[in-house]
Amino acid sequence: MSAAPTAIEVTRLIKTYGGVTAVNDISFSVARGEIIGFLGPNGAGKSTTMRILTGYLPASSGSVKICGVPVATQPDEIKRRIGYMPENNPLPEDMRVSEFMYFRGRIKEVPRRKLGPRIDEVLELCDLKRVRHKIIGQLSKGYRQRVGIADAILAEPPVIIMDEPTIGLDPHQILIVRDLIASLRGRMTVLISSHILPEIEMTCDRVLIINQGRVVAQGTPAELRREILGRSTYQLQINGDPSEFTQALAGLDPEMRVEVTAGAASDGFRLVTITTTRDDDLGEVLLGACLARGLRVRALSRTTPTLEDVFLAATRRSWDAVATFQSPGK
Amino acid sequence: MLLVSPATYVAATLFLGFMGLIFTKILEIYSSAPQEASPANVYFQLFWLPACVMVPLLTMKCLAEERRLGTIETLLTTPVTTTEVVLAKFGAAYFLYTTLWASTLGFFIILKKFSGDARFLDSGPLVGGFLFIAVSGLLFVALGVLASSVTSNQSVAGILGCVMLATLILGGNALSDSAWMTQGMLNPAKAVIDYGHVFSHRDDFTRGVIDSRHVLFYLSGTVLALIFSILSVEAKLLHA
Repeated sequence: MSAAPTAIEVTRLIKTYGGVTAVNDISFSVARGEIIGFLGPNGAGKSTTMRILTGYLPASSGSVKICGVPVATQPDEIKRRIGYMPENNPLPEDMRVSEFMYFRGRIKEVPRRKLGPRIDEVLELCDLKRVRHKIIGQLSKGYRQRVGIADAILAEPPVIIMDEPTIGLDPHQILIVRDLIASLRGRMTVLISSHILPEIEMTCDRVLIINQGRVVAQGTPAELRREILGRSTYQLQINGDPSEFTQALAGLDPEMRVEVTAGAASDGFRLVTITTTRDDDLGEVLLGACLARGLRVRALSRTTPTLEDVFLAATRRSWDAVATFQSPGK
Repeated sequence: MLLVSPATYVAATLFLGFMGLIFTKILEIYSSAPQEASPANVYFQLFWLPACVMVPLLTMKCLAEERRLGTIETLLTTPVTTTEVVLAKFGAAYFLYTTLWASTLGFFIILKKFSGDARFLDSGPLVGGFLFIAVSGLLFVALGVLASSVTSNQSVAGILGCVMLATLILGGNALSDSAWMTQGMLNPAKAVIDYGHVFSHRDDFTRGVIDSRHVLFYLSGTVLALIFSILSVEAKLLHA
């Protein structure tokens, strides 16, 4: 294995099929041992990008390097370095799990001597020991999905690419798969795509949001929140006159927005929503300000935007950008 | 996949049963009236029936099914090339096809054992016949693989393979027998059809005439069909 610092390096990747640009000038890099999540609405180009990374599809232009090896010129080298699980996890229906693993191990050039113990290890890791003699076509979706993951990690490749590994699983199985992926952290570089956003947030070190073939945002979930939404929100339930209170808050952050529900509820409490660009926790400051003005506080909460909000905001922003770009021509 | 799947063994049993039936029928004709050719000769004359039916059945699944299930994607992202995949599929189907034929040698051995007459195990036509099956099988199986490589639908692959083989084997025969083909103007076309006339190749082989032109015809045809299969698999990736 090469000693390149980055595991995956994608530079200005473009892929067009019959006039449609599926991937439009994507660049990103993934460090070794990192788990990266690939997010995007349907048809954003996630699967296409993954297929190009594996060398299955040729790119129209741009370069992709895996562990420092260019995919376009040395596809065979690349295929030794990746474990790939495609979308919908295709598996042969009429093979037994153990036969399938043996077959995959052999074509992935795992030495015959090491293959037996390695299959045992992988089946154990994916909790597949009980079904090793079953025919794949008769397994339930959760097992099939895990067979796909077991296949991807079988040859211990430095880079693992999985297209929607948790699709169609129940929450319990998602948990198992998530633990499994987390257990690879540090040892293997993992690139996964998913629609399930909390899933990505929990497992991935970094997130890449793509839409319409472009990278619209990348970074850790926390960075993305800050970058895309750029604010945190607090909600207070107070009893008393809030006008004085809101003036006091202006000193904290000039861009702070304070919204107070017009009428107080029957018990005298009203809801105050504060939006600020400050990152540090203002909870204590807010409580102090309330107490200093004799306001009674019933609840204080900081709402953390979910990755879903970030995702929606980022994809909407890119659609807006495309719309403004296209409208002058029309 | 081909050798672990139960369907293969069902098909093999049916094939042997069917060929056995044909063989018995031939023997019945022989027992009722004296014939000129040896039973082996007549038996190999009927090669076109299993070739047109069995070969497409054996090969129709090989690439079409991989594509339909999507396993072609996992297959081609392992360190194997498209060429290796196509050759392996071809090799497996060819191996099965020749094994099935080789096992029909048992018919002749049984016949000899029970009749106690060594003439029934007539080595000349037998060796020639099996050699013909082995050489022509290369081309037939390669055509089957080609049919399977152009579609993701097994039945389409099967029908296409069947039609290609029937055109090659029976179509050539029908045309070379047609009177209108003897016109002077069609001489070049006639020469082509005679060259690719599978039945005359078979007659030569069973008579012990192993013409290098015939061997070349099958080998070059096989190579061409396999190259087209590889290109077809790769082209589907480019325009997927």
